[in-house]
Amino acid sequence: MSGSDPSKEEFWRWQEYHRIVPDIKWSSKDVITAGVDVGSVGSKAAVMVNGKAYSWGITRTGANSPESANKALDYALKDTGLKVSDLKFIVGTGYGRVNVPMANKAITEIACHAKGANYIWGPSVRTVLDVGGQDIKAIKIDETGRVVSFLMNDKCAAGTGRGMEVFADLLQIPIEDIGEISLTVEKEPEPVSCTCVAFAKTEAMGLLRKGWSKEKVLAAYTRAMAVRMANLINRVGLERELVVTGGQSKNRGIVSRIETILGVKCLPMPNWREDGLDPMVAGALGAALIGKALYEKAQKT
Amino acid sequence: MITHYGYCDGSGEYYVVVDSDRCSGCGECVKICPEKALELVTEFIDLEDKTVAAVTEDKRKKIKYTCAACKPETNQTPCVLSCKTKAITCIWNPK
Amino acid sequence: MITCGMDLGTQRVKAVILKDGKVVGRAQGFSGFDPTKAAEKAVSDALKEANLTLSDVKHFSATGSAVDMAPYANSTVSMMGADAKAGVFLVPAARTIIDVGAEEARALKCDEKGIMVDFVVNERCAAGAGAFIEAMSRALEVKLEEMGPLSLKAERASPINASCVIFGESDVVSLIHRQESKPEIARAVFDAMADRVSSMIHRLGVNPEVVLVGGVAKDVGFVASLNRKLGLSVVIPEYPDYVGALGAALTAASRAAKEAQ
Repeated sequence: MSGSDPSKEEFWRWQEYHRIVPDIKWSSKDVITAGVDVGSVGSKAAVMVNGKAYSWGITRTGANSPESANKALDYALKDTGLKVSDLKFIVGTGYGRVNVPMANKAITEIACHAKGANYIWGPSVRTVLDVGGQDIKAIKIDETGRVVSFLMNDKCAAGTGRGMEVFADLLQIPIEDIGEISLTVEKEPEPVSCTCVAFAKTEAMGLLRKGWSKEKVLAAYTRAMAVRMANLINRVGLERELVVTGGQSKNRGIVSRIETILGVKCLPMPNWREDGLDPMVAGALGAALIGKALYEKAQKT
Repeated sequence: MITHYGYCDGSGEYYVVVDSDRCSGCGECVKICPEKALELVTEFIDLEDKTVAAVTEDKRKKIKYTCAACKPETNQTPCVLSCKTKAITCIWNPK
Repeated sequence: MITCGMDLGTQRVKAVILKDGKVVGRAQGFSGFDPTKAAEKAVSDALKEANLTLSDVKHFSATGSAVDMAPYANSTVSMMGADAKAGVFLVPAARTIIDVGAEEARALKCDEKGIMVDFVVNERCAAGAGAFIEAMSRALEVKLEEMGPLSLKAERASPINASCVIFGESDVVSLIHRQESKPEIARAVFDAMADRVSSMIHRLGVNPEVVLVGGVAKDVGFVASLNRKLGLSVVIPEYPDYVGALGAALTAASRAAKEAQ
């Protein structure tokens, strides 16, 4: 649960929104499945018609996860004419295998996220770095979106959205600008020596006293965080193509440094406003796809 | 799939790694672990539920301390040696 | 035989003057931007207390994270070695010594001669070190020295994240929003510290007597939580924050004695 000032709109929180892809029409003959992904901050639901993304919604997770799940699914179904009973299979997923009461099956978020990444970016994506508010995940997948190798770091805040927010506060730079500002330095400084955010703060204050500009300190810190993330990616094994998802995917300072360190360019964000492949919904999309596969498997037996 | 249980922080990286494709779910490592840090869980792989070994939730963020006595840097810990399918390994890189 | 031990910590420098096996002077100061100068002042203050001068000192030994910046040092000793030496000197029955400093924590197992047989360290991570308590006290808007007494008023605590200062801080803010009382939140902070420290020392086996040293040993809140977690009462020597410097002074004495032979 984030402890930031509730009146401050967190940069990586998206607006609650809901979308329907206009040129898809559903009928009762179609295999209509849904995925519901209840995260610690946002709840997402996606509806697929024969394995094609049809509608989805993102809402804020409330205090109660079954309620959040229901709210997200209802939001995804809004204005589609579909009822929950029209859905042939519902897969629930999310933070800590939360309670999605109407789900036919609960599946770990990693499997769903991987499948969703494969759906959004295509079979060429093999390595996914997901930088969330409170954790960092590195996922290696195959061409079908099956998870090959996975690690999650939620022990240490370094690099997470929360850790970056603390540093932005220290330097009094708006969180949404830290990426761009970190790239304004003429010469890239050495990374800060401390990975630990608490100690990096002290180190940063020392650098500022020494006369370093805020931009230079930010660059040094961002570099250290990018090194850390590159290490996590290498731990699961870097394989092209690489994508960065989650809140910090919007931080160009992080993404460009990761690209430099690893010597690869990340696949760009899809044009989600047009074709609706919003990476935020990757988990829910993947869940809906797995739901389709499970439904079809059950039909065969 | 390969799951890395543990963490990387300022002091180094410490993971107990389970390959659920190789894991038979026999539970030998669970029995032999002196810290009771392992358990059998259900993992959803290839549209099936499979029983595999995992590090318990409460030990994952303190794995550096939990596993220290077994000398994971040697990768010859009781859990590793007990596994007939070589499904479990240790990655231990203190700075 | 007069020796001097200096402990240059990340926050404070400590100096101890030892005369024929007894502490005759001790002083400390903030490390600040110039730990060498701070150490010189601490040594000078300690000597003043002992009614001695620099030239009276036979051997200077230094320890601490900033040991390279120590003035006058004839030799250095590891923090672990200093803790072991001083721990057994102060508490002859000591077999487990836990040292929680501002930025690092360590623990060692020793035999009856004060020889260290095993050790563990927590470094480069603020969780489980004094920095954790400091950060939480800021989040709680309570003076650091008031955290301990405040926490003793609580009879329960909601658990907070113990593995990271940043996540712990978020949890403290959440507890504040949930309107939990300050004493209970303070206790949660110390429980988290105790949890982390006890995990760290677990593999040593907790053999009594368990001696707690370092600056954080002065904090009654931490001591209470640690005792609860370990299920025993840790022994805290007088002046626990001077243990490193004392260990260095004792080491200086044995080295000087060897040199004299």
